[in-house]
Amino acid sequence: MEFKTVLTTSPYCGCGCGLLLEVMDGKVIGTLPSKTSPVNEGKLCIKGWTVHEFIHHTNRLTHPLVKKGDELKVSSWEEALNLSVRRLQEIKEKFGSDSIAVLTSAKCTNEENYLLQKFTRTVLGTNNIDHCARL
Amino acid sequence: MSTKIKEKVRTFLSEGKIKGFLGLKEENGNVMPHLFCDPKELESFSIGDWKKAGDARYPLNKILIQLAISYPDETFATLVRGCDERGLRELFKWKQLNEEKVFPIGIGCPDELAKACECEKPYPDSLIDGPKGEKRDSQQVLRINEMALEERLRFWLNEFNRCIKCFGCRNICPMCFCNECSLEEELFVKKGEIPPDNPTFHLSRAMHMVGRCIDCGLCEEACPADIPLRTLYKKIIEIVSEEFGYKTGYNVEEKSPLNIIEVK
Repeated sequence: MEFKTVLTTSPYCGCGCGLLLEVMDGKVIGTLPSKTSPVNEGKLCIKGWTVHEFIHHTNRLTHPLVKKGDELKVSSWEEALNLSVRRLQEIKEKFGSDSIAVLTSAKCTNEENYLLQKFTRTVLGTNNIDHCARL
Repeated sequence: MSTKIKEKVRTFLSEGKIKGFLGLKEENGNVMPHLFCDPKELESFSIGDWKKAGDARYPLNKILIQLAISYPDETFATLVRGCDERGLRELFKWKQLNEEKVFPIGIGCPDELAKACECEKPYPDSLIDGPKGEKRDSQQVLRINEMALEERLRFWLNEFNRCIKCFGCRNICPMCFCNECSLEEELFVKKGEIPPDNPTFHLSRAMHMVGRCIDCGLCEEACPADIPLRTLYKKIIEIVSEEFGYKTGYNVEEKSPLNIIEVK
């Protein structure tokens, strides 16, 4: 038997509210606002309050999907990454760097976001990069 | 204040009287709920006084309901203040918890906290440590009572207008345990609109607090719009007490006034 709360940061926007995930026997069952977080001081918005719902959700993507014909098919990481590389190279050569744009996510870490903007600017060669947390 | 509590819990755990103790722990400067199953963990136990008395309180009874659902045969101890103990009594009556499976470990609130809460009884009967503070009358309710009815309505409509419908008041409430909530019923509350129907939304919730609200004040602490919810529910407690002679959370035998079905 185990019940604990794990302190983490809300993935939904740039505010960075502190929240506690309620974990019972390895499964996340609820969210509580952190009373000791200087950012939100024990308060949350509705998105923060329901943050635990997507963690074990059956609709959550756990494998890469590649579109074949009209259907998305489960594929390996290798296949998905190879396809992305090939298509991005083709598009860049044919239409130029600025025909590509990249949208990053607040659900990634700061470091992952840094890497993606670096990749966009230096490898793809465009400044077309933005973030979903621009609220 | 925590030494006596730790001792008590350690004894309970080593004697096998309880499976775990639901309390608070301090980790890297943060206070959070935790189920202590091993006496060694008690080093990090906290009573929730972070920067000031009781400023890091959490709805432990609500978590206890979850534990009781998953482990109905196990007995747990839980940290209670005066309000939490009143809450436990109501939850026993509403059949959300089994009285025989819960050991309350009581702490009395410091005067500073009792004063800020304007608390009716700032200590539990199961007091193990902490002071037996005095009863306070509510100045907030007094100010509302002094307003003329029209002014009072204007005041509340104004306050409710700031609501961003985060459902924080309901989500943090240790007395909100319904599987289906009328605040999510489209007949009463339209979807995709803020502020929610004013005053239907807040008065529906207030009505449902009759015989349930034990004045812990967690709702008001969780409100991002600073709506004085505690004053609203304190008023409900006052009405229930004056009109029905019912004191919420004081007697396990007595039923809440809206829960009595008379068969004639």
